[in-house]
Amino acid sequence: MNQSSNWDPQIAQNAIDELKGQPGALLPILHKIQNILGYIPKDSIPMIAKALQQTSAEIHGVVSFYHHFRTSPPGKHILQICRAEACQARGSRQLEAHVKDSLKVDYHATTADNTFTLEPVYCLGNCTNGPNIRVDDDIIAGVTSEKFDVIKEQKNTFVVELA
Amino acid sequence: MAYDIYIPRDTSALANGADKLALLIEKEANQRNIDIKIIRNGSRGMFWLEPLVEVATDKGRVAYGNITLEQVESLFEQEFYLGEQSHTSCLGLSEDIPYLAKQQRLTFARAGITDPVNLTDYITHDGFKGLKQALQNTSQEIVTAVSDSGLRGRGGAAFPTGIKWQTVLDCPADQKYIVCNADEGDSGSFADRLVMEADPFMLIEGMVIAGLAVGADQGYIYLRSEYPVAHQILNEAIEKAYANNYLGQNIQGSGKSFNLEVRLGAGAYICGEETSLLESLEGKRGLVRAKPPLPAIEGLFGKPTVINNVLSLAAIPYILDKGAAAYADYGMGRSKGTLPFQLAGNLNQGGLVELAFGTSLQQLLDDFAGGTFTGKPMHAIQVGGPLGAYLPKEQWNTPLDYESFSAIKAVLGHGSIVVFDDTVDMLEQARFSMEFCVAESCGKCTPCRIGSVRGVEVIDKIRAGINPEQNTELLEDLCETMIHGSLCAMGGMTPFPVQSAFKYFIENDTAAKETAGAQ
Ligand SMILES: Cc1cc2nc3c(=O)[nH]c(=O)nc-3n(C[C@H](O)[C@H](O)[C@H](O)COP(=O)(O)O)c2cc1C
Ligand code: SF4
Ligand code: FES
Repeated sequence: MNQSSNWDPQIAQNAIDELKGQPGALLPILHKIQNILGYIPKDSIPMIAKALQQTSAEIHGVVSFYHHFRTSPPGKHILQICRAEACQARGSRQLEAHVKDSLKVDYHATTADNTFTLEPVYCLGNCTNGPNIRVDDDIIAGVTSEKFDVIKEQKNTFVVELA
Repeated sequence: MAYDIYIPRDTSALANGADKLALLIEKEANQRNIDIKIIRNGSRGMFWLEPLVEVATDKGRVAYGNITLEQVESLFEQEFYLGEQSHTSCLGLSEDIPYLAKQQRLTFARAGITDPVNLTDYITHDGFKGLKQALQNTSQEIVTAVSDSGLRGRGGAAFPTGIKWQTVLDCPADQKYIVCNADEGDSGSFADRLVMEADPFMLIEGMVIAGLAVGADQGYIYLRSEYPVAHQILNEAIEKAYANNYLGQNIQGSGKSFNLEVRLGAGAYICGEETSLLESLEGKRGLVRAKPPLPAIEGLFGKPTVINNVLSLAAIPYILDKGAAAYADYGMGRSKGTLPFQLAGNLNQGGLVELAFGTSLQQLLDDFAGGTFTGKPMHAIQVGGPLGAYLPKEQWNTPLDYESFSAIKAVLGHGSIVVFDDTVDMLEQARFSMEFCVAESCGKCTPCRIGSVRGVEVIDKIRAGINPEQNTELLEDLCETMIHGSLCAMGGMTPFPVQSAFKYFIENDTAAKETAGAQ
C-alpha cells in the first residue's frame, strides 16, 4: 500500500511555481500540495527547497513542526476527534476510547481497510455541542458512540458504492 | 412575494445538519408550491439551538430552534413560513428570546441578522460607517480614539490596543503590516469564529481602519486550519470587498490602499502566540521569539506590525462610528467595553454572551447557562482556555474583569468558560494540561519542553498511588520551575490549571477522604 512513489511531481511543481513569489510562501505551498495529494511526498521537499533557496533540512523542519502536515498518504477519510477540554466535559474521552476500539487503530494511524486515518484535534470551535469530530471538511456535533457507529457505516458504504 | 427563511451557514449549525435541512426545506416548499427564499445567515450565537430557523414577519423574525429533518413536514403543515407560532419548536420572536434580549451586543450586533457575504446587507446594518469616519480623520486621530476607548487586546494578554497602535504609528518604515490573530486555539472559545462566519466585513473594516491608523497597506489574517467554514466565508467576503473597492487601491476614492489575504495555520496551538505566529507567516517553524524587539517595532519580515486578535479588530468599527466614549461607557475599572463570554462544555445553553465586564461568573451562569447538560451539579470551571485555572465554587462570585481574575491567579483570557460536572476527574484534567503542553510546546526552552513531559510522568505516579506526597511536592517544584523559567505563557501558565486542580480539588478530596477514614 505504499503509494509514496505514485505521485505526479508536476503537481508539486505547479503549486511551487504558482506560489513561490509570495512573501512567506512555504506554508501556502505545503497546504496546496497536501490539499491536492493528501500529503507532502518526501521527494517534493527538495523541489520546494530549491525554489525557495533553502535546504531540504530546513523545509523538513517546518513540515515536521506542524501537526497538520503529513509525509505519508492518509486513508480515504481523515477522522479527527476533538480532545480538548470542552469536549472532554461532554464525554469525548469515552468517544475516543470507543472509536479507537471500533476502528482498531490509535492516533496517527490508518485503518486496515484504508478508510480512516485517525488524528487528534484540539478544538474545532463548536465547544457548546461536543463531543465533536471532523471527517475531512465536515464538523459533526454531539457524537455519541452510537452516532459514531452510524457515521462509520455511512463512510464505509459510500466507499463500497464508489468502488 | 417569496417568504424569507433564514438558515445559518455557521459551523455549529452545519455540524447539526443545517445544509441537509436547507435542502429539504427547499424541496418541501417546491412540492407545496410555496415561494420561499432561503437566506444563509450567520448564527445568533445561541449554539445550543442550532439549527435555528427564522422566518421574517412584519413584527420581526420568528425563531424555531433545534430543527430536525423529521420536523420539516410538520413545520410546513403548521405554516411556519407565515410566522405561525403553533409549532412545538417555535421560540417566538427572536429578539425577545431572553438569552439574546439580556445581552449587550456591540461587536455582535449584526451576528445572525445578516447574510455574512452580502455587502448590501452589511451596509444597511451600519456597515462601513466606522471606515467612513476614519477616512475623514488623521492617523493620529484614529489612534487617539482607540486609546480613549480603553480597548484592551482580547487575545488574552489584555494589552491596551491604543498604545500598541501608537508605537507602530510612531515607527518610520517603508512597509508596515496589520496581522489579525485568528488562531483561536483555546478550548471553549468560538467568538473569533463567530465574527468571521457571521460578520466578516466587520473584521475587514477593522483591519482597513488599523491600516489607515498606522500607515500599513498590507494585512494578513492568520487563520487556524481547524476552521474550514470560516476560511470559506472569509475568502468570499474578501473577494466582495475587493470587487466593491473596500479593499485594494484607492479605497472609496480616498487615495488610500489596503490589501488583505488569509493565511492558514497548520494545527499548532503555539502559533497563536504572536511571535510564533509571525514566524509561521514568514514560512518558518513556529518558534517563539524573545522580546524585545516588540512586534510593533520589528514584526513581520522585520517591519513594524500591529498584531491583534479578531475581537480587538472587530471592536474598532464601532469605536470609530459611535465614538470612544460610547464604547468606554461599558465595563468597569480598567476593563472597558464588552467581552463576548463563551459558555461551553457541560451546559444546556452553550453559546456566546456579549456583556459589559463586571458581572460575576455565577451570575452569568445563572442567567444564561440553563444548568448542566448531564443534569449533575457544576463542579469545576476552567476560564480562559487550556492555560487558565480551574475555579472551585468558592471563586465563582469573582467579577468578570481582568484585574479581579489575576488577583486570584486566574485569567479571563479570551473569555471562554468551560463547565465540568461533579463526575470530572481532576487528576486526569491536570494530567491533560501537561500532556497538552508536551504536544504543543515549541521546544525552545527546557522547563516547558522537558518539564511538561516530567509533569505527565509525575502525575501518572500520583494516580497510580506511588509515593503520592513526595510526588505532589515534586510536581509543585516542577510547576514553579516552569512558571519562572519559560519564555512564554505556554510553559509559564500550563501550571495554572495543574496547581488549581491540586489546590482546590484534589487536596480537598484527599483531605475529605482522610477525615472520613479517620472517623
Ligand atoms: C500559548 C499562547 C497562545 C496564544 N493564542 C492566541 C490565540 O489563539 N489568539 C489570539 O488572539 N491570541 C493568542 N495569544 C496571545 C497573543 O500572543 C497576543 O497577545 C495577541 O495576539 C495580541 O493581540 P491583542 O492585543 O488584540 O489581544 C496566545 C498567547 C500564548 C502565549
Ligand atoms: S515556554 Fe514553551 S512554547 Fe513558550 S517559548 Fe518556551 S518552549 Fe516555546
Ligand atoms: S473543545 Fe471540542 S470543539 Fe472546542
